[in-house]
Amino acid sequence: MSEQKPTEPRKHHADVRGLSRRSFLTTAGTAGVIAALDGRDLTAQSPSADPPRIDDRVGNAQVTLHVNGKEHRLRIDPRTTLLDCLRETIALTGTKKGCDHGQCGACTVHVNGRRVNSCLSLALMHDGEEITTIEGLGTADALHPMQAAFVAHDGYQCGYCTSGQIMSAVALLTEPCGPDDIAVKELMSGNICRCGAYLNIVRAIQQVRRTA
Amino acid sequence: MHTFEFIRPADVANAVATAAQAKTAQQGADIRFVAGGTTLIDLMKLNVETPARLIDINRLPLDKIEMTPDGGLKIGATVRNADLAHHPVVQRDYTVLSQALLAGASAQLRNMATTAGNLLQRTRCMYFRDAAMPCNKREPGTGCPAITGSNHTLAVLGTSEHCIATHPSDMCVAMAALEVTIHVQGSRGTRAVPIGQFHVLPGNTPQRETVLEPGDLITHVTLPPPVAGSSQVYLKLRDRASYEFALASAAVVVSIARGNVTRARIALGGVGTRPWRSPEAEAALVGRSANPANFRKAAEAALRAAKPQSENAFKIELAKRCLTHALQMAATA
Repeated sequence: MSEQKPTEPRKHHADVRGLSRRSFLTTAGTAGVIAALDGRDLTAQSPSADPPRIDDRVGNAQVTLHVNGKEHRLRIDPRTTLLDCLRETIALTGTKKGCDHGQCGACTVHVNGRRVNSCLSLALMHDGEEITTIEGLGTADALHPMQAAFVAHDGYQCGYCTSGQIMSAVALLTEPCGPDDIAVKELMSGNICRCGAYLNIVRAIQQVRRTA
Repeated sequence: MHTFEFIRPADVANAVATAAQAKTAQQGADIRFVAGGTTLIDLMKLNVETPARLIDINRLPLDKIEMTPDGGLKIGATVRNADLAHHPVVQRDYTVLSQALLAGASAQLRNMATTAGNLLQRTRCMYFRDAAMPCNKREPGTGCPAITGSNHTLAVLGTSEHCIATHPSDMCVAMAALEVTIHVQGSRGTRAVPIGQFHVLPGNTPQRETVLEPGDLITHVTLPPPVAGSSQVYLKLRDRASYEFALASAAVVVSIARGNVTRARIALGGVGTRPWRSPEAEAALVGRSANPANFRKAAEAALRAAKPQSENAFKIELAKRCLTHALQMAATA
């Protein structure tokens, strides 16, 4: 994530066989979870197609999510968290799984414009709701100002917490927050950075707040 | 996580009727309501909670904050902690509640966690959360390894030989000092429970934490009218500056006239097995001069019955200083 285009990392991780690490993991992860959980995205199928054969006991719960402006009609196991649904069923892997218990903030996404920990929410609880992930924030060619500020201020090292940090930071812009660094630190305390990039994260956020 | 049937009830009556089929509304309930999910989904992932049916109450009309005819405030069960903390009336008239809410969890979790869910928040005792360990609260009769084990964060007030788990909520501590009423709809109708009677001591049944029975749904909480001229403070002490549970906290609502305390409502967090209202501290304050020496005496009274464990004796002095300081803050506000 240290390059200029954090929203399109696959360009930077291509291996010698031409298959990027990211696209391989995305493909393998999606296939793996369909076998395990029978979760599937029905959106692309034509309405007249036979419904997929799904075990009635698991994997048969229906939910419609609006993710980054696109509708996804899904059949999933009821246990599927919003996080796992985004990553494994819809294959948007920008949102990260850190602790999986609401303690690290790596999974932060926006639901109806508010930031939440997607690991502590079931996908079924969000039927019809608007979800925004890091993939919906900006593009490689037109970064969201917060993404650009994180790049400019080096607001990361390993990058694993970064999408959660940025989703939190963007939400913070619309929340009650005092002008000082201490207020930003308090409202960003739900996002842990093991590399300790906190100083630069605060600088990035404050720059965006000053120019917004 | 064990699998479950996910139910979207049509209305409150439907939710109550479905939940009334549960064997218990306490630890290990086979039917659970889910709202924010911040406690329940966490515990389901740990196999500490294994409901066979989950009733999603997020779409029920329980998400409003309204004035009551007597000048108080009615808070719906699914009002999110962030919305409650930032509500202008709460910020103006019930500052101790706003401060307590904003001292809890993170901004993301406060956007999810609800009023009713926070009333039912579960302990962070590591033995309770680890399904491989014995725990009288999770599996009655298996013992309490915390008493001889890691108890740095656990309770010093209201404990029993069966359980020393701390009640983790900040919101409940402020609500105890504000003397809120919890409104429940159950299979036999509605009832109102003062918060002081809602949470129960662990005794020899630590698996039972509240007075709720199968089918009982918290629909809303009511705050009494604000006490004119009262000064309110929530002070929370913890191992790090933010995003951490209290080692000790104090909610104080005091009225001071001509240098004397005329009314006091005191509750402590982080030290009790339930949100810890302290009538002892209140009695020690009322009618006396509002000065640091008397505040310390009130704090001594609040912790007089405290029982330290092997690693948490420090909490007794910490809680005393927390309450003393909170009272000083309120007196000089």
